[in-house]
Amino acid sequence: MKRTAVVTRVINPAALIAEVTSVEVGAISVFLGTVRDTNDGRKVTGLDYSAYTSMAESELSGIADEAEARFGVHSLVVEHRVGELSLGEVSVAIVAAHQHREPAIECARFVIDEIKKRVPIWKREHYADGSRAWVDPTRATEATAL
Amino acid sequence: MSQVTVQLFASYAEAFGASHLKIALDPGSTVDDLVRCIRSLPAAGSLPASPRVAVNRKFASPDKLIGSGDEIALIPPVAGG
Repeated sequence: MKRTAVVTRVINPAALIAEVTSVEVGAISVFLGTVRDTNDGRKVTGLDYSAYTSMAESELSGIADEAEARFGVHSLVVEHRVGELSLGEVSVAIVAAHQHREPAIECARFVIDEIKKRVPIWKREHYADGSRAWVDPTRATEATAL
Repeated sequence: MSQVTVQLFASYAEAFGASHLKIALDPGSTVDDLVRCIRSLPAAGSLPASPRVAVNRKFASPDKLIGSGDEIALIPPVAGG
């Protein structure tokens, strides 16, 4: 089972875990991306994400297909949220279930790494002084890219 | 000569002050030709040398031919996650 989506609502990790839970699996790996309060030394007060939604959905689906083929996961659910997000909220959730832990963990890692390379979603940070700026990871310093 | 619509997003939409551009292309033009046209526009100063282009919702190589009905988008550096 595989499901991927770009959503405008709050992501509920518990619901995603329930979606992949099965007696056939022995490991469920969860990755959550959340909104943090600093970036590159600047105080961040919130974020908004925008997307080229039709392409983002097709890229997410393609990544999930590759991940299923590569890791043989029993089920995989990926949601990426767009719109305005507050500090601490979940921006992306990846939940991978497999009979064994290693492919489940590797699968979640593969999916987030690929999202960061090729899903057309953009993040704009809001700062304490009221200004906003689009995040460009190609210009990130080594420290912030980690 | 045919006209194509190029969708813009995020920082590129901000740079051009528009959600899309209308670009006139000669028949047989490639993605690379399109990028050269866009880079000659006054607002294109902040664009990287080789911005990524999507044709029909897939990343396209510079030598890809552009057809009249293609859905074209200029893709800023992605920052999902």
